[in-house]
Amino acid sequence: MIKGRVFKYGDNVDTDVIIPARYLNISDRKELASHCMEDLDGEFVKKVKTGDLIAAGSNFGCGSSREHAPLAIKHSGIECIIAENFARIFYRNAVNIGLPILECPEAVKDMENGDEVEVELNSGRITNITKGITYKAESFPEFMQDIMKAGGLVNYVKGKVDSL
Amino acid sequence: MGMTMTQKILAAHAGLDKVHPGQMIKAKVDLVLGNDITAPVAIEEFRGIGTKKVFDKSKIAIVPDHFTPNKDIKSAEQCKVVREFAREMNIEHYFEIGQMGIEHALIPEKGLVVPGDVIIGADSHTCTYGALGAFSTGIGSTDMAVGMATGEAWFKVPEAVKFVLTGSMGPWVSGKDVILHIIGLIGVDGALYQSMEYCGEGVASLSMDDRFTITNMAIEAGAKNGIFPVDKKTLKYVSEHSQKLPVIYTADDDAQYSRVIEIDLGSIRPTVAFPHLPENTRAIDDVGTVTIDQVVIGSCTNGRIEDLRMAAKILKDKKVDPRVRTIVFPATQKIYLQAMREGLLEIFIEAGAVVSTPTCGPCLGGHMGILAKGERAVATTNRNFVGRMGHPESEVYLASPAVAAASAVTGKISSPEEVMG
Repeated sequence: MIKGRVFKYGDNVDTDVIIPARYLNISDRKELASHCMEDLDGEFVKKVKTGDLIAAGSNFGCGSSREHAPLAIKHSGIECIIAENFARIFYRNAVNIGLPILECPEAVKDMENGDEVEVELNSGRITNITKGITYKAESFPEFMQDIMKAGGLVNYVKGKVDSL
Repeated sequence: MGMTMTQKILAAHAGLDKVHPGQMIKAKVDLVLGNDITAPVAIEEFRGIGTKKVFDKSKIAIVPDHFTPNKDIKSAEQCKVVREFAREMNIEHYFEIGQMGIEHALIPEKGLVVPGDVIIGADSHTCTYGALGAFSTGIGSTDMAVGMATGEAWFKVPEAVKFVLTGSMGPWVSGKDVILHIIGLIGVDGALYQSMEYCGEGVASLSMDDRFTITNMAIEAGAKNGIFPVDKKTLKYVSEHSQKLPVIYTADDDAQYSRVIEIDLGSIRPTVAFPHLPENTRAIDDVGTVTIDQVVIGSCTNGRIEDLRMAAKILKDKKVDPRVRTIVFPATQKIYLQAMREGLLEIFIEAGAVVSTPTCGPCLGGHMGILAKGERAVATTNRNFVGRMGHPESEVYLASPAVAAASAVTGKISSPEEVMG
């Protein structure tokens, strides 16, 4: 169960604003996290707490393939991203590093910055506690759920390196 | 129900007779690619898997092209990690400074991609190789790590948008205008999770360099891949660059597409994407007066020889506006040398432009041309997001090499027709 406050953003949040290229000479996760969302929301790193969530419009994470983007978000304390939909490389990167993501346009539409939200990942149930409304996100294909449950693709393939 | 070209290539690499959109598959890959930004994270993940060797040292390519020649100590350390890994694993296609180029110009030039291949690259513009009739897509560092260990990747089989190209491009119009026009039409999520499959009699009129530019920016429409059919031009290119055998796939006549869009190449005008999304396009006639501080000609989108020839045609016997810093980046050493032999570099230097070693440099705000607050650039690159080329309050206008060169001369965004008469 994930429970926290929402940071709400719009459509087409790109990986350049999630983690600008000037920090891509860093691979330390915590250091990356200290610059997360810097060019979009300077307050983000000051306010984010472990367990918080990001809610966003369509095409979240568009642009570059940099895994530094979901890594920075994950290590900032964000435990789930709910969006209308995700850019495809961000989507697979999030799955592969075990950062929970959900697609649920209805939930996103109603959410406001600071809303308290609870997410049950297995069922895809999203509860906006502040607004008193519950939603159901599309569930992921079983294969992706298995990767996320393992904590990411590396853990998933460990011990069976001859094949995925 | 028939299959699209992409679906056929994926089915063959998954060992299946048929696949359908939405199906989860694991496919064998013919090449795994990474660069100096994505490979260091991938190498760390690779170590975490616990395997001692890569699946095939001849099917991995690593190109340090983003922050190279090393822009600072941290970048140098990252390149060192990549270099040492390549040596340890005997990676056959590791390209050191002197041999390297911008990866998406270099990989086809080195003959590492042929029609029918499946390629994954930890760089979003890996979709470029679809120009050769291959399935090629960007992935992240973890996928690269697992790809290097297993030679496989997981995919959700995509639907496709079919683009039927008719006619041929007018003067001063090139592949860049075609793809900017298309992104303006369908939006930055217009092909989300899908393939962009090109077909129609207009394809034959497009050079390979035009096709590389068009598939390069498939990602800017949210697509998984862009792909061209294989024709005489493709096979000529492949025979000149590669020893590998091409496998030609064609879409079934009854393949299903989510949308079919007809594009008349003859109706496309030189096109500019305004900040801060590639979909904010305007025909050159509707641009108005936009003064600029910098012009960048190069990148994986437009750093090939035809791009440089087009820019040189406009800059010959002219001077760039003294207020415009004009930076030209040939994408590979081979292109650099060819441009030198053709006298293009001399034209650029005489015009007051600088010519750089191949690097991704300014495209992603790395180095070699970073913008200050409030500055504007016309760039032949692929993204104009907030802060992409430097300060969050700077602006990038995406355009073709012809428009970029013309704009360098006038100091404002300009049509090549305005400069050349």
